Amino acid sequence: MTKVKSLADLKAMREQFQSNLDVREKSNNQEEMVQIKVAMGTCGIASGAKQIMEYMMEKADGMKIRAVFIQTGCMGHCNAEPTIEVIVPGREPVVFGLVNNKKADEIFEKYIVNNEMVDGVIAINNEVADK
Amino acid sequence: MAKYKMHVLVCGGTGCKASQSAQIVENLKAALADNGLQDEVQVVTTGCFGFCEKGPIVKMMPDNTFYTQVKPEDARTIVEEHIIKGRKVTNLLYTDPETNEHVSDSKHMGFYKKQIRIALRNCGFIDPENIEESISRGGYEALGKCLTEMKPEDVIQEIKLSGLRGRGGGGFPTGVKWEIASKNHADQKYVVCNADEGDPGAFMDRSIMEGDPHCIIEAMAICGYAIGATKGLVYIRAEYPLAIDRLQIAIKQAREYGLLGQNIMGSGFDFDIELRYGAGAFVCGEETALIHSMEGQRGEPTFKPPFPAVSGYLGKPTNVNNVETFANIPVIITKGAEWFNKIGTEKSKGTKVFALAGQINNVGLIEVPMGITLREVIYEIGGGIKDGKEFKAVQTGGPSGGCLTKKHLDTPIDYDNLIAAGSMMGSGGMVVMDETSCMVSIAKFYLEFTCEESCGKCTPCRVGNKRLCEMLTKISKGNGTMEDLYELRNLAAVIKDTALCGLGQTSPNPVLSTLDNFWDEYVEHVVDKKCRAGVCKSLMSYEIDQSKCVGCTACARNCPVSAIKGDKKMPHTIDTAVCIKCGACIERCKFGAISIK
Repeated sequence: MTKVKSLADLKAMREQFQSNLDVREKSNNQEEMVQIKVAMGTCGIASGAKQIMEYMMEKADGMKIRAVFIQTGCMGHCNAEPTIEVIVPGREPVVFGLVNNKKADEIFEKYIVNNEMVDGVIAINNEVADK
Repeated sequence: MAKYKMHVLVCGGTGCKASQSAQIVENLKAALADNGLQDEVQVVTTGCFGFCEKGPIVKMMPDNTFYTQVKPEDARTIVEEHIIKGRKVTNLLYTDPETNEHVSDSKHMGFYKKQIRIALRNCGFIDPENIEESISRGGYEALGKCLTEMKPEDVIQEIKLSGLRGRGGGGFPTGVKWEIASKNHADQKYVVCNADEGDPGAFMDRSIMEGDPHCIIEAMAICGYAIGATKGLVYIRAEYPLAIDRLQIAIKQAREYGLLGQNIMGSGFDFDIELRYGAGAFVCGEETALIHSMEGQRGEPTFKPPFPAVSGYLGKPTNVNNVETFANIPVIITKGAEWFNKIGTEKSKGTKVFALAGQINNVGLIEVPMGITLREVIYEIGGGIKDGKEFKAVQTGGPSGGCLTKKHLDTPIDYDNLIAAGSMMGSGGMVVMDETSCMVSIAKFYLEFTCEESCGKCTPCRVGNKRLCEMLTKISKGNGTMEDLYELRNLAAVIKDTALCGLGQTSPNPVLSTLDNFWDEYVEHVVDKKCRAGVCKSLMSYEIDQSKCVGCTACARNCPVSAIKGDKKMPHTIDTAVCIKCGACIERCKFGAISIK
């Protein structure tokens, strides 16, 4: 183990460890960042929701977008799995279906960054009955 | 290493550990492994979340779901439902007592809404046994800043400007204390952390040490740098095994990382910390007694001056601060005195951690800004009085404090207001009482505690408190006179004026404040021979309502001393001379025929 030899050392160490706590730090102020909910029902997982979630996590890191990824249950659009719900602060939630890597790229580059709608929207403002 | 998509935080504080939280961690890990998820979900044991009433707590991140009263067998359900299927386990969610709705995110719980967490910033968030998690939250950066960018006098100035006052109870300005210690020159000085938390019902310091031990180490090193000390000692009671364990682990890790020891961060500053165990004597929280105890002497206080800052441990200048005081230091250095200054009231800055206990719905550990009212603490954070009963009093400051009543509910809580109200801040215990608490008995309870904990060195404390206690016993037995009430007050005043140390000088406070606020209740005990709360057994008698009794014999059969007589199907009677007032008959009576008079 390396010893901390200066304040700069310590700060570098902080940078290095910080990503380990990222999930926790983000959860405290979710409302301020892009929330991406991935439907992880049996149908979603079978259609590759796990892989797409991993792909999107890397994509967000690469584009330096602060995003929090939450697994949810089946959203009911089993015909259009993998399904994801994207909530950008200040905008209404949007649900996208049949998401693959290419679609994910589009969602990030067009919708999240430029608020440009992309194809594949299932529902806007997916209201929840039990509210 | 794989990047975890989800973190499951499990409370590993003493309270939750006692409710098998370690087993929950084991079961979670096993269930994750069975589903091949061990690389996707991280299980972390953290310090106290504060919501001890509903422990053990399990928190899911990033979706911030807050599960309460989790049992080891629920672990598998959490993994299979929440983690795999993404469905919340509703029966483990917190239910808002007012709306009866499930609240999944702790941010929306009344308990957390009004809290500001400074001293507890990392409690319930990081793994206290992992220095990396502390560092990634900015741990030791304040120390680094002091060592590389600030002179010792700048550090003291910053603490003075912040307005931080001692959190152990006295409320002495911390910066001033440091300044005095820094001006006394000696070949060796000491920094002491007072972790001898002795108030009944208080667990603030323990939770900080269990949840974030690194912040204490960092703050002690900062203090050492500021006053010119190279040695730190933590005086901790041996009854806190988990806190001791975690501190030892933290000290070891800090040494390995070069954050304790020689030439810290290349600055040429040396500092190291050792632990000293106390045997759990209340008086050893008093700084001179604490120092004597560390030296291997009897834990007895000595007269001040000389103050420890002049002649303390082994006769060297010593700065003693409480755990919570230290926990505030790194934040003040990083965020600046001005930031800290904005929180709180004019003369009491920052926040205070309180341990809520007694007849309150949400028992637990809270951190609130100074100046918050008792009403907010009790009704909004504490969730009100248990079983819908009526609020009677709240005891603050432990055996040295007093009782506050309804008329104090809207008083902003700070050092000076509490003293003006006849109590004190103390270390932060808050015992809430409802209508079933007898104030004479409460005063007696605290006096019994001080009598037991008095070191016996000075007469006012050793004999005076004993006499006070005897008078209270006499009153609660129904033998008191009005003269006793006046004598209580006189003697209490003498003890306050003449006792040697803080323990003796404050020990009559529970008597004085209950006399002031509940005079009627004392008079009732003395004149009417009645205890309205039904606590003082000698003042009660049980009676069977002849018109309600059907003669089922249930009471007579369950009376342990056979005080109830009567024929079957005929009304019974109680022989009050034999009755021991245990209440077994009331519990058994299905007809509500037995009452306390």
